Amino acid sequence: MIDITLTLNGKKISDSVEPDSILLDFLRDHKCYSVKRGCETTNCGLCTVLMDDMPVLSCSMLTARANGHKILTLEGLQEEASEFVGFIADQGADQCGFCNPGFVMNTIALLREYPDPTDDEIKSFLAGNLCRCSGYEGQLRGIRNFLNSRSKEAK
Amino acid sequence: MEHRNYNAINKSVRKKDAMQLLLGKPVYTEDVVPDDALVVKLLRSPHANAIVSEINTKTAKLVPGVVDVYTWEDVPNTRFTNAGQTYPEASPYDRLIIDRHVRFVGDVVAIVAAENEKAADKALKLIKVKYDVLDAVLDFHKAKDNSLLVHPEDNWVAPCEVGGSNLRNLVASEESSHGDVDGIMADCDIVLDRTYHTKSYNQAMMETFRTYTTMDRYGRLHVISSTQIVFHVRRILSHALGIPKTMIRVEKPRIGGGFGAKQTAVSEVYPAFVTMKTKRPAMIIFSREESQIAGSPRHEMEVRVRLGASNDGKIRVLDLYTLSNSGAYGEHGPTTVGLSGHKSIPMYTGSLEAFRFNYDVVYTNTMAAGAYRGYGATQGIYALETTVNELAERLNMDPTEIRYKNMLKEGMIMPAYYNELASACALDRCLDHCKEMFDWDSKYPVRDMGNGKVRTAGMGMAMQGSCISNLDVGSATVKLTEDGSFMLLIGAADMGTGCDTILAQMVAECMDCSVDDVAVFGADTDASPYDSGSYASSTTYITGKAVEKACMDLKSKMCTIAAGLLNCSPEEMYFESGLIKRINTDESVSLKDIGVKAQLNNPTIAEASASHSSPVSPPPYMVGMVEIELDKLTGEVEILDFMSVVDCGIPINPALARIQAEGGIVQGIGHTLMENVTYTENGKMIESSLMQYKIPTRLDMGRLRVEFEHSFEPTGPFGAKSIGEIVINTPAPAIAHAIYRATGVWHREIPITLEKIAMSKPEEDKE
Amino acid sequence: MFTIQKYVCASSLEEAYELNQDKNNKIIAGMLWMRLGKGKVNTAIDISGLGLDTIEEDDEKFSIGAMVSLRTLEKHESLNSYTNNAVCNAVKDIVGVQFRNQATIGGSIWGRFGFSDVLTVFLALDTYVELYKGGIVPLSKFAELKEDNDILVRIIVKKTPIKVTYRAVRAQKTDFPVLTCATSIINGVVRTSVGARPGRAKLVIDNSGILFSGINEDSITKFTSYVADTIPTSKNLRGSAEYRTHLAKVLLSRNLEELEGLK
Repeated sequence: MIDITLTLNGKKISDSVEPDSILLDFLRDHKCYSVKRGCETTNCGLCTVLMDDMPVLSCSMLTARANGHKILTLEGLQEEASEFVGFIADQGADQCGFCNPGFVMNTIALLREYPDPTDDEIKSFLAGNLCRCSGYEGQLRGIRNFLNSRSKEAK
Repeated sequence: MEHRNYNAINKSVRKKDAMQLLLGKPVYTEDVVPDDALVVKLLRSPHANAIVSEINTKTAKLVPGVVDVYTWEDVPNTRFTNAGQTYPEASPYDRLIIDRHVRFVGDVVAIVAAENEKAADKALKLIKVKYDVLDAVLDFHKAKDNSLLVHPEDNWVAPCEVGGSNLRNLVASEESSHGDVDGIMADCDIVLDRTYHTKSYNQAMMETFRTYTTMDRYGRLHVISSTQIVFHVRRILSHALGIPKTMIRVEKPRIGGGFGAKQTAVSEVYPAFVTMKTKRPAMIIFSREESQIAGSPRHEMEVRVRLGASNDGKIRVLDLYTLSNSGAYGEHGPTTVGLSGHKSIPMYTGSLEAFRFNYDVVYTNTMAAGAYRGYGATQGIYALETTVNELAERLNMDPTEIRYKNMLKEGMIMPAYYNELASACALDRCLDHCKEMFDWDSKYPVRDMGNGKVRTAGMGMAMQGSCISNLDVGSATVKLTEDGSFMLLIGAADMGTGCDTILAQMVAECMDCSVDDVAVFGADTDASPYDSGSYASSTTYITGKAVEKACMDLKSKMCTIAAGLLNCSPEEMYFESGLIKRINTDESVSLKDIGVKAQLNNPTIAEASASHSSPVSPPPYMVGMVEIELDKLTGEVEILDFMSVVDCGIPINPALARIQAEGGIVQGIGHTLMENVTYTENGKMIESSLMQYKIPTRLDMGRLRVEFEHSFEPTGPFGAKSIGEIVINTPAPAIAHAIYRATGVWHREIPITLEKIAMSKPEEDKE
Repeated sequence: MFTIQKYVCASSLEEAYELNQDKNNKIIAGMLWMRLGKGKVNTAIDISGLGLDTIEEDDEKFSIGAMVSLRTLEKHESLNSYTNNAVCNAVKDIVGVQFRNQATIGGSIWGRFGFSDVLTVFLALDTYVELYKGGIVPLSKFAELKEDNDILVRIIVKKTPIKVTYRAVRAQKTDFPVLTCATSIINGVVRTSVGARPGRAKLVIDNSGILFSGINEDSITKFTSYVADTIPTSKNLRGSAEYRTHLAKVLLSRNLEELEGLK
């Protein structure tokens, strides 16, 4: 077992973990149920969390490696997510919702890195987030509507 | 078409669960499982066809944390089907919970129940199995009447006569025709005889199969499962486990996608069996690999189309034969195949003089197929529409013109669709609209973009049904609460599609209230009124009508209660603008007052339940057009623009209808260009992960545009028909058509891979 | 299932190297590929604390630490300006942003994976691998070697004047490539690497001078035929040998035409 201390959603936590503990499982064990597993092969993006503010696949991160780092899941970013997810809801693009947390987390990362992204930038940044329900177009419309309303407010 | 102003329907209301889902709340099966639930894992067969000659679980049971290991010796010997369908069950009873005879790579050999995942995994490795490996039937062309039988057992039962026989590897078989097919074919100027092949595409919903079971406070089996069919799961478990239905409760939390996959009880029986044995909570979560190799995907089909036409482009006769691969078990085998003909041929009712439609559904030693959005129609429509496109190209006729000449129009009787009347059909308007918006006339010609790249377009039409006529039952219970708001209880399953919200919109429309004033609960066999479940495109059309009926009944009950308050007879009362009013007076009673009265010295219950079935299944219609850029040297296909126009009657929630269409189109693009299913020579599936089974990303679908042409279906709620399934049917024929335009090659097997495009040469003109 | 008995965050390369001499121990990079295997690792050696996650640049070279992520490569302005975006183009379609934040250049190059876009593009540059014990070796040589117990410390790209471009074909936009091809001109000599054959990428240098007299339709045909004959292809799920050889010719011709400004 390895002793680790990390900051999870702003709270410092210490725990002992197996050397091969995977961050995704660790986070679900710590009641971060937004973090989902959709594949076992790094392809779906459902398990996206922010590590030191960078989006990563928690399915492929050793918990031991998170030692000393800052981890954010959707549980810790409710406010930032609430700014834009309503626009996705207005499109009905939430659909089954299972891919939503990973998609929302990566969209947060996108909007932090590109405050005013083009459609192409949005698509390529989010390419690693699969969705089988929506056909993606509604997610794009939602993000676009959010950006438009934000730039209108700014004027 | 004109349509009136509605209060709550035909409006893009947010889904009731939207914010919960978007903010990542714990609302799915795995999120509600307690920590002490046993982890259930399955040992699966590495062989396509084998008999378990010896199985030793002693060592596995000694692993610390392992609670028990079950084999074929521990389960009942009663065969059942996992197909979630209404009575009379069309699919054969051909399964045991664990069978000594394993019939595909991935079939279940043992069930492990353990305190944690690591112990379960370790136990799986320590189970010692000896197999008598048998030859396998892997080629579905060779299955029928093969001496090698997939189901040689003598307790195989077909509860319904569908032309099947386990002694012929036949799940179902039928012949039907109308008119003098051979005579007219012989008289035709041009006959195209083409054979198409489609694969067993996986639904690849983001949440894999999963079920949690426990004993409830009454000692009953409580099942929480990611399912589209709570009532059918109750029946299947009762049958498989041999316990009465009163001892089982099945509910679904939120579901992470289904698309038909969860219309089969793929995962439920295993933890249920463990809970019955151990009396402990148990949970199974299918890995993505298990979902890929042992799920319930689309039926692989080969469709032979013979089309007879005159030189002026009149399609006079159609003759279809479909060979469907049901895999190792027969779930949905007898029913999916029918749609390949019944939901394709009727589109050409306008000119058709005769048709024939025959089919065989066979067993093989591959993964069992099931229900997938489109349910056979997808396969048949790809075949027929591609043949019609080829006819147009051969006659040098614009493919839209050939559609106008032959298509079904409103008011026609459809001999190929059980003689139903096309009571609401805007297919012609869909084509007008799509052609104009898409700018067909300038996109259809082949344009050389230089450097080996060309742009061009293709098209396809589609239909589906809106329920299973004379079979499906939808029900709804509507209750008035004492603040004048409503509670809607349903047994239909919202799997992300938004049916909870759509049905609430209907309550709000009937009751003149806001959608926010309607709370929805579903689906739970203990609390919900019976519903066949969410499949066959039926929820809006069938359950929606039940909602309308229940609301009508509730209004009359509210009148009775209001009459009590005003000391008059119920006949004097009527519902208007959210109030119960008294005729010829200005007296009225608010719903709130009625709600309160309902709880105070009152003999009339302020709730109503209703069921609905339909003698018809009115088709929705759709036209899809695609513009592609194709690289002739590499074979790469870029989807530039996918335009579609759908006639789903009146869309109850246009935003959700649009998303259904967009989602279905992207799945169809996946089937056509990149999703493949192939097997090794030993019958092991190669595309067993999302690393190898490639579904489209947001960079693979180009630009999607969806429009609606309204029609009014008199038998549907507020004129509505369905939308959930039809939307997957146009991409394959449209893209195959565009690829032909670009390369001169008709691809009659999907997916059309880059290699096939780059390396195929235009075929010699055969006719 | 992939298991690890012990996890050590190495405090020096020497410690990591010592541990790595036991063949049951493994250096972990991005953990994206290794985790998919069924291997049992005794000690997982994490070198992420050794400051190898930066790109250093001077007048002669880029010195890229083994733990630099693919995303860092993709976004690195100077490296991409030097390579006319070839590096960015080679990595930008790999799975997704999250994956590329984790996947490292060290892991990609060390693995010498058949499907590697990274190996393909760096082979076309003037690239060297710095090994802890083995010293500095040209990437083309390293690419042919078998895995041993050394440690890849840095990738060094010399700033030799270069024209370079990259192309790949994918069936789905973020999938493994069906074929990759990077082509460059260094000191007037064309070199091209072909990867996802599906074997590991191979480099061909126009030492015999097929293109010396100029890049034109004729010499392109000759050179692509030469490369197609030199670099073997084979079959897997994503394509046949014949298709891959065909693609190698197509991508190489397009690369050459682009480098020459023909199209």
